[in-house]
Amino acid sequence: MNWFAQNISTAIGKKLLMAVTGFGFVGFILMHLAGNLSFYFGKDAFLKYVETLHTLDPIIVVVELVLLALAVIHVSTGTILFFQNRRARTTRYAVNKTAGGRTIGSRTMPYTGFLILLFVILHLSQFHFIDHAVQTPWDAAVDTFNNGLFALIYMAAVILVGIHIRHGFWSLFQTLGLNNEKYMPLIQTIGIVIAVAAAVGFFFVPVYIRAVI
Amino acid sequence: MSTQTIDLTLKVWRQHKNNPRGSLETYPAKGISTDMSFLEMLDVVNEQLTAEGIEPIAFDHDCREGICGMCGAVVNGRAHGHMPETTLCQLHMRHFKNGDTIVIEPWRARAFPVIKDLVVDRNALDKIIQAGGYISINAGGPQDGNAIPVPRDNAEKAFNAAACIGCGACVAACPNASAMLFAGAKISHLALLPQGRPEAKKRALSMVRAMDTLGFGNCSNEAECEAECPKGISIREIARMNREFIKAALS
Repeated sequence: MNWFAQNISTAIGKKLLMAVTGFGFVGFILMHLAGNLSFYFGKDAFLKYVETLHTLDPIIVVVELVLLALAVIHVSTGTILFFQNRRARTTRYAVNKTAGGRTIGSRTMPYTGFLILLFVILHLSQFHFIDHAVQTPWDAAVDTFNNGLFALIYMAAVILVGIHIRHGFWSLFQTLGLNNEKYMPLIQTIGIVIAVAAAVGFFFVPVYIRAVI
Repeated sequence: MSTQTIDLTLKVWRQHKNNPRGSLETYPAKGISTDMSFLEMLDVVNEQLTAEGIEPIAFDHDCREGICGMCGAVVNGRAHGHMPETTLCQLHMRHFKNGDTIVIEPWRARAFPVIKDLVVDRNALDKIIQAGGYISINAGGPQDGNAIPVPRDNAEKAFNAAACIGCGACVAACPNASAMLFAGAKISHLALLPQGRPEAKKRALSMVRAMDTLGFGNCSNEAECEAECPKGISIREIARMNREFIKAALS
């Protein structure tokens, strides 16, 4: 176990933790998105999806615990990296200019990450930790998004998720050592497609609810 | 062809024992030939400063032909200046305009303490090499040429990685002051060759661990390093180092 602790605490080890946990979240987001698409087919379709999902309840509990563990690792490692990286340059440059490597996503990873964490807490408090006997998930969505402020917060948050994935997706392959002239362009493209799909797919849920219901 | 001259204003980081915290000082640089290199321009300014009784600007330099890795400063926010794949000594004044203000700062990283003005201590890079950036070959009779087959492709890749001159621009340009491109290049050029394989595992683990103890930041795949590297080394070398590290850690 000593070798594991020693290697996982290195610069590459910590990046591997971010990459593997981040990959888990990409998988979760895609599932979540696929499920949420039933929203656009109306209340009955959505509640039927929820019902089907709940037939898998024992598995769901396991998945939730895994996601919680991934979140704890991703957030705590990310926080350590953020502060270590700040400390690595104690005197800042008077003039800062990019050489063209950075993107909006790469620049803002810790900040979008932190805001997404706040959003996830809000989202869980409004949709997960509620009495589902009183309020169906559909009602929860309608109630939440009828409030203009919450609708705006959700729409802004999913754009941040897209920006975070835009850098995170190709980045996790790079960290795992999977960068090659041949397939990196494909990985980049897939990352952009997932980022846009997630941002667009979730963005229009509040829009749809406010416009149609 | 007649030589053009330009007038510039320099804002140079000065830090020495009488100014231990350091500050940006402004000096005029008049009549600079556009055929000069950046370091020759500093030489001219230093002669003027000496004549005025001001301590000349200290900066590192050696070969002045872009192959030794000794020179380097951040010029207007860019490591080695704004031209691609260029060391500071190969940056020519023709890339600046008359009347420009040029801000010159030393490499900034906790692992690279400033010694004086633009001179920083890059011993940390040597310590990474000492941790395993070599192959152990005991002396003996010279081997026949081509006794160890090396695929052409690997030879090229190893050579590209070995082009690293250890100037530290990657660390200076990295938003996190990480030395991953340097370590990646050094680990890669040996890992790609059969002579480097016997020690590959030990090398990857100990060089990465050494890097951590020296105060460098962590890589966040910003790719600023590859954009500033005077030798055009790609972040694919970092990916290769990651592979070598994972392989070593898991076996």
